[in-house]
Amino acid sequence: MEALSSKKKVLEQKPLSLSERLYLPAILKGMATTISHLFKRVPTVKYPEQQREFSKNWRGMHSLKRDEQGRERCTACGLCALSCPAEAITMIAAERQKGEENLYREEKYAAVYEINMLRCIFCGLCEEACPKEAIYLDGPIVPADYLRKDFIYGKDKLVEQPFHAEQAN
Amino acid sequence: MELALVIQKFILVIVIFAVSLLVAMYSTWAERKVAAFLQDRVGPNRAGPGGILQPLADGIKMFTKEEIIPLDSNKFLFIAGPSLAILTACIGSAVIPWSTPLTIGSKTIPLQVTDINVGILYIFGVVSLGVYGILIGGWASNNKYSLMGAIRAASQNISYEIAMGLSIIALLMSTGSLSLKVIVEQQSGFWAHGWFTWNAFQQPLGFLIFLVCAFAETNRTPFDLPECETELIGGYHTEYSSMKLGFYLFAEYINMFVSSAVMASLYFGGYNFPFMHHLGLDANWLSILGIVAMLLKTFFFIFLFMWVRWTVPRFRYDQLMDLGWKVLIPLSIVNIVLTGIWITVKDIYFK
Repeated sequence: MEALSSKKKVLEQKPLSLSERLYLPAILKGMATTISHLFKRVPTVKYPEQQREFSKNWRGMHSLKRDEQGRERCTACGLCALSCPAEAITMIAAERQKGEENLYREEKYAAVYEINMLRCIFCGLCEEACPKEAIYLDGPIVPADYLRKDFIYGKDKLVEQPFHAEQAN
Repeated sequence: MELALVIQKFILVIVIFAVSLLVAMYSTWAERKVAAFLQDRVGPNRAGPGGILQPLADGIKMFTKEEIIPLDSNKFLFIAGPSLAILTACIGSAVIPWSTPLTIGSKTIPLQVTDINVGILYIFGVVSLGVYGILIGGWASNNKYSLMGAIRAASQNISYEIAMGLSIIALLMSTGSLSLKVIVEQQSGFWAHGWFTWNAFQQPLGFLIFLVCAFAETNRTPFDLPECETELIGGYHTEYSSMKLGFYLFAEYINMFVSSAVMASLYFGGYNFPFMHHLGLDANWLSILGIVAMLLKTFFFIFLFMWVRWTVPRFRYDQLMDLGWKVLIPLSIVNIVLTGIWITVKDIYFK
């Protein structure tokens, strides 16, 4: 049969030479290899004490942003939920009442905003879909937990802390 | 006087027991550390600084695990197996001379539990008794894998004991004594009459055979066929749990310590170290330094055991038997003949 490509190589099976049959040279060579690893730098990052630096485009936990006056930017348009390939985001919209202008930027806001962290694949499409620059995946790693229900993060965990309060202090 | 001797020996026995248990304990830690370092990892580092308390944690774990005795097993033998394994592992160290005698006041205290004149035979007896622990445990478990492991252990130990014995015979021909104390004393110093005094340099082939056989006798990689977890799950200790399993694992490490000590004293001069007679030290200080030298040599061999374990893969069973019967036994017979010729030549022409 004609060879289809030149990649085929016929392995020649030679009987072992004396030094190969002795095992010892090969074993010593192997031991030299392993002992050289004794003096190599260990690449392990000892996690809880040391943390590896995240890359610049790292996508971690979501945070809902506030504007420069400390008002929530989210207007509950639902584009993030629509864009989410994992269907991890749900929200319930509400109308802003009189006297709440210092809390919400737009006339409509998200009364409930939930992300299921077990569904989320951290693709960042919500971030790109948001017209109000209200959601960013700039947080840390989502921590482990015991119960499924505890992975549904509400506004209490997602909305960033009002920064004017810190400035006042 | 008789009572004083009993107390003295009793203390020595306790100390050697404690030391060999401690060394075995920390061998488990060292094994994991060495494995980790040879594989570019860190190893246990959570229990205490550098994982130094890891053996304690492992011990507590072993003691608090559920104790399972299979329903179909032979209960008596099932318990006798690990007991025998650890017992034989512990009594092997009795004839090893740890150092030259200490002199306190008018008394000399030999740092050897007993100097029987058939010391090497005693060690051989204990080692071959050790396989019964594995054999009984594997058989009593009433489990196919355990039985396979036990059979392998028995046939492997029998095969390699022959080569080991033959390699020792060559050594005995040149030393002329079976007592470990005498053999070590003959290797005093490091250099005499234009050649090294240590037996490893006088019997290099014999040492190599002994080393390989020691690996096989202690069931260490590349000869860990009795327990090879990839083929036989756990081999002879598949059914064991709790501290009975701990005994088996522990016995392996004690065996490693004892066989390292035996190798150090038979072939690497025991407590002797280079320039020991040129330092001009007191006999007691020499004795203490001798203990240190002995332990250092032993630790080196323990490290060698680990180093080889994390380098060489396991032999196939037929390769193991080939190596034992077709290579090591003929080689050790050749070694005996060569030693005989050399002794004769030396007697006739170099006297």
